Order: sequence, then C-alpha cells, then structure tokens
Amino acid sequence: MNDVKNILLAGVGGQGILLASEVLSEVMMMAGMDVKKNEIHGMSQRGGSVTSHVRYGDKVYSSIIPEGEVDILFSFELLETMRYLPLLREGGRVIVNSLKIAPPSVALGKQEYPADLTEEIARRVPGTTIVNGLDLALEAGNPKTVNTVLLGALSNVLDVDKELWLKALNKMVPAKLLDVNLKAFELGCNA
Amino acid sequence: MEKVLLSGNEAIARGAYEAGVLVASAYPGTPSTEILENVIRYKEIDASWAPNEKVALEVGIGASFGGARALVTMKHVGVNVAADPLFTLSYTGVRGGLVLVVADDPELHSSQNEQDSRNYAKFSKVPMFEPADSQEALEYTRLAFEAGERFDTPMFLRSTTRISHAKSIVRLGERPADIPQPSLVRDAAKLVMLPANARKRHYVVEERLRQMEEWSCSQSFNRIEKGAGKVGVITAGVAYQYVKEVMPDADVLKIGLVYPLPKQLIRDFAASYETLYVVEELDPYMEEQIRAMGIKVIGKDKLPICGELTPGRIQKALFGKESPLEDNSPELPSRPPNMCPGCPHRGVFMELNRAKAYVTGDIGCYTLGFLPPLSAMDTCVCMGASIGNATGISKVVSEEEQRKVVAVIGDSTFLHTGINGLMDMVYNKSASTVIILDNRITAMTGRQENPTSGYMLNEQETYRVDMEQLCRSVGVEHVKVIDPYNIALTRKTIREEMARPETSVIITTRPCVLVPRDNMDKRMPLYVDHDKCTGCKACLRLGCPAISWDEEKKKSNIDKIICVGCKVCQQTCGFSAFIEYGE
Repeated sequence: MNDVKNILLAGVGGQGILLASEVLSEVMMMAGMDVKKNEIHGMSQRGGSVTSHVRYGDKVYSSIIPEGEVDILFSFELLETMRYLPLLREGGRVIVNSLKIAPPSVALGKQEYPADLTEEIARRVPGTTIVNGLDLALEAGNPKTVNTVLLGALSNVLDVDKELWLKALNKMVPAKLLDVNLKAFELGCNA
Repeated sequence: MEKVLLSGNEAIARGAYEAGVLVASAYPGTPSTEILENVIRYKEIDASWAPNEKVALEVGIGASFGGARALVTMKHVGVNVAADPLFTLSYTGVRGGLVLVVADDPELHSSQNEQDSRNYAKFSKVPMFEPADSQEALEYTRLAFEAGERFDTPMFLRSTTRISHAKSIVRLGERPADIPQPSLVRDAAKLVMLPANARKRHYVVEERLRQMEEWSCSQSFNRIEKGAGKVGVITAGVAYQYVKEVMPDADVLKIGLVYPLPKQLIRDFAASYETLYVVEELDPYMEEQIRAMGIKVIGKDKLPICGELTPGRIQKALFGKESPLEDNSPELPSRPPNMCPGCPHRGVFMELNRAKAYVTGDIGCYTLGFLPPLSAMDTCVCMGASIGNATGISKVVSEEEQRKVVAVIGDSTFLHTGINGLMDMVYNKSASTVIILDNRITAMTGRQENPTSGYMLNEQETYRVDMEQLCRSVGVEHVKVIDPYNIALTRKTIREEMARPETSVIITTRPCVLVPRDNMDKRMPLYVDHDKCTGCKACLRLGCPAISWDEEKKKSNIDKIICVGCKVCQQTCGFSAFIEYGE
C-alpha cells in the first residue's frame, strides 16, 4: 500500500495529542481520502506516554502503522520523539516540539533526562523541523494552544489546501477558543 | 448518506440507535466505556450505568422480555461477572433483540488479563459477530438485533481495543419510525427456567445453532476476497486488516459471524489451497474448530497467542521479517501512568507504605499505588477481590502478621462486588481492616457516575448511597470517615484500625480532582521556598507529578500549572517550605 501515508503523533498525556490527531484525521477525510486513526485510552492517559496513529490514502486497512513505516513522526515532547524514532521509515521526517517533560524517575532524581536530545534527533534525522510550541502558543495568547501551533507546522509539509485546516478547526474547536487557536495555527504555519 | 469519522465504540452506539434500541445498560470498563457515553446522546434510548455487569445484563434481559431491543456493554472480564444470567438467557432466548457487546483487550493495555471472549460465545451457545472496522461495527450491531430476533437468541458483538478506539469513516443510516410498543406478555415455558422447562429449551438452543450455522454460510458478512489464488487465509476482526496489509495477494475468507462458524463455507474454501493460514488474535479459537474438521492449517504453531497482533508481528511470525522496535532497546527513562496531582488517594498510600501494611488491592486508579515511590500494594486480582483476599490471608498468617493486612478498594468497585466480601468479613469475624477510597466516581475509566455520585448517566440528580450507613448495616461496628487530605489524621486512623482485632472500615472521602462539579472550592497552587527547603526529599515520597527534584540546586520545585493546591506535600515537609501562593 505505497500510497498510504503514515503520521505518528507522540507525547505525554494531557498535551492535547488526541485532539490534534482528531483535527488531522478530519482534514484528510475532507480532502477525500480514506482515513484511519488509532490510539490507546484508559490507563496510559494518566500522565503516561501517549501515541496516536493516523493513516490516510486511497484505501487504508490496518489502523496501526506497520512497524518501520512512519512517514512523519509528529511529536510533542523530546524524550517521546526519541522513544519512537525507530519506527520511522528511511527518508521519513520529524516535526518536534522543543519541550522537555520530566518522567517520574527524573522528577524523583533517580534518572537523568537524556542530554542534547534536540541535537541528537536532528543528527539522526536530517531535515528535522524543531518548533518552539510553547513560545508561539504564548504569543498567540494561550499556552494550551501548543497542539494547534504544531498542527500549523505540520500543515506546511502536507499537500492539503489550507482552507481545509481552517474549516476543521472551525468545526472542532470550541467557539470561545477559536480565535486564539486560529492565531496559533497561523504562527505554526510561519514557524 | 452522511460520512463521518467514528470510533468503533461510537459506531456501535450509532448502530444501536439505528436498530431502534430502547434500553441500554452497562458497567464502565476499558475499552468498552465510550459506547454508553455515546448512546446517551440519543434521547430515544434509556441508557444507564449499573453497579456491575451482572445487573447490567439483567436489566437488558428484562427490557428484552418486555419486548424492547436492549444493548448491554462491558469489557471482557465483565462477562465473568455477567456469566450467570448469560448462560440461562441463552436458553430463554429473547423477545426484543438483546445484544451484549464485549470489548476484549489484547495486549492488556488497561486490564488484568487478556481472556478471549469468543470462547464465551461457544461456551454459552450465544452467537457472536466480530467487526473489523467502524463501518462494520455499526452494521453488525444492526444485524445482530435482526438475526437475534429472527433466531430467538441473544447475540454477542465482540470488539477489541483496536476496534473500539480506532476511528474510520462510516456511512450513517436512519432509525426506524415504527418501533413496536413493549408490553407485558406471559410465556412461562420460555421464560421460567425451572428444570422441566429448561430441559426442553436446551433442545431449542442446539437446533437454533444448527440453523444459524447453515444460514451464515450464505450470508455476505462471511465473505471471500480473491487474491492471486495461491495462498488461503481465514481470519476475522482486526486481524483481517493486518492480513490485507501483510499478505495483499492472499485469498481471504473473512468471517463476520465467529460463532457458530460457517463450517461448509470453510470446507469449500479450504479445499482450494495447499497452504492455508488461520490468522486470529489471542486463542486458537477458529483454528481448533477448523483442525477438528480435519483441515490442515498454519496458525498458532507460528503466530503468538499472547499479546495483540500487529502487521509487524505477523510478518515476523510467518515470514521471519524482524520489525524495528522489537529489537531496539534504547536506555530511555520510561513514562508510566501516575495518579493525578491532588489525587486524594496519594496520601493514603504513602501512609500505608510507612505503616508497612500488607495491602490487598483492587481495580481502579488506586491500583497505581503499586508503583514507586508509593509502592503500597501487594495483591490485585479482580473487581472486589481485595476484601475476600484480606479475609482469606488473615485466616492463615500469624496474629502479628494479621494486623498488617489492609484491603483497599474504591467506591465504585466496593459497590460492584466488594460489599459481598465485606459481609463475609464481618459475618465470619475477620480482624482485617478495609479502606474504602470514596471519590464518588468511577475514575479510572474516565469518570463515570455510580450510586455514590448523586448523579446518573444522563446527569440528572439522584439518590446517593450512604457508605457509612451501608457498612454499619452489614454489621461493621468500627467505621471511621476521614478526609484523606488530612495526613496526620489519615496516619493515626490507619494505625489504630490496623491494630484493632476486629473488622474495621475506614472511609476516605474526597471527590476526584477531575470532577469539576464536586470541586467548587478553588485552591491556590503552592511553591517551594528554597530558603527553607533542606533538600531532604521527604516530599518526593508522594510521587506527585507536580513536584520535581532540581539536581543542581538540590531542592524541590512545584510546577504551578499542574499543582491543584491539595497541600498534602505541605504536611510531609518538616521545614515549612511549602507555601501557598498569596499567603
């Protein structure tokens, strides 16, 4: 299934990953493609590592991305990027939020957060896009719009009409948060 | 027709709506929970949370006997609880259609075992559909009601985590306009399962299965997809999708009704291939039946029984191709789930750890009390098991060790099946201590209402179980109700009750921090005064996600964005370093 594209979203529970993958899937459906997305709810949402698989193309079978076939690793946190890097296909790309969230063992002083992850990721995957999501979200006016900023950055590398992204945001973001999210998306596009 | 992206669970809810379902009942359980949470959006359906799966099924059965179509949903282990009515429902059959949705959890993403519910279909002689995506989840739900009424049988619909929680494109249908009016109809020979009646019904069940098997051989939900004609694959459910991914050229017999299997169809299909695979998740359920027909297949001799299937795992098992993540083991810090900041359970587990209690645990968010640094859980078996386990272990250990035994159980789990254990404990004079962590909600599955909440699934206010009175009414004399945010009181009470040579119950009452309606008192976050912090790390024993250790400064810090101001950390600090903003 060579025409199927695979995007793996990764991050930490509470970062808005599920909403981001929801918007992405909606956009691809509106673009006329077959879409599947998959993620785990339940226990892992309590501050754990979270992934969401989004696949689109003419016809998608498996909703989980076959191992080693990720086209874009779209990640909300540095350590989680590193964790799922092995799933990336050769020639795949990485879009990553330059944020560190300490896992429990690090917060408790029992382990160290790996050093120089940004450099390490960029070294392993040439052409990695690094986005300072939090700064741009603050610029947009709400720190919780990091996921929308990142979607803006992602939209740059996907061959989909920008109108569809705006349409999806209009449909899926609560009315009172729409303006700040549209601004966040725009800042992400320009990042 | 409208096209939408739906999860398997949303699609099942929609299917129930389109099937004209009037009653839905469930006990929450991952990955099934969202089905009822979506059913409640359709105002035509009376949907409610039951205290456990057995009651949920019994409510569904009653609605069916009244002539309505009824949906009952649960996770795989819920069927163990509901098995008693299930097996006899198979004999009575239905009046209105009854579909029991069971959501299995291969890989144990959020469960205590990975039992394969297809065995229940065969065991209870209840036919079972198994969809492979959201569109089929919707269609098979409708179909299950139709087939169930046609053959006078309850029906299973089996989902798995990767069906329930995956989204795919679905075409919606409509709800019928003419739904028959339910009514009381007496039919003792069919509905009163005394031996004389039930004996006759068993023959009906066997004949029904024979007829359904024959019928299903010609139905489109059991379909053959032609490939290159060299290799045959028999598969069902989500495994079908992985087969299409990994073996695009194979001829595929996709089974939609996994019980009873369409034996003649399988025989005809199998006859064309020298190499025939059976690809299924978990048990060799189809494989054993196909082998018993004398057909040679490749199945669990190569494919794994444990864990879920993935395209990569099938590749590896059948064709020896390694997948990248399996052999990759980077030394990265793991990120396990954790209790939320401000969780009222946290201080209780810290004190159980300090008291060196032997904790018989139970199923809920508080099972996370097992993880370090709280590390205060020694057993966890199933819903409600903590209390019986405490009674049993106290029977066999020394008196000194008996005093260490504490059962810990949440409010929802206690009402689910824990109350029976407490009756046994006090009736048979066990000296153990039970802690009921009462946060007024079924939290782990995503905060569903239960009989302690004061609200129903439809958000209407309702009666509330009085936990203290309930425990006293079964005979427990020593019941203490405490606020778990008060650490000194929590410590004192736990130690006193552990020492008491009689059954005692401690009820810790604090609403879940994630339920806004119960948390009207807005609290300010705290910060650490670094002049006072001595770096003793006492606060780190709480394992609160808001508290982190600064290795350079050798001091603790609080993330004010996620701190909810519970002040439990303040009480662990001997140097008054934790200060509320605004103080």
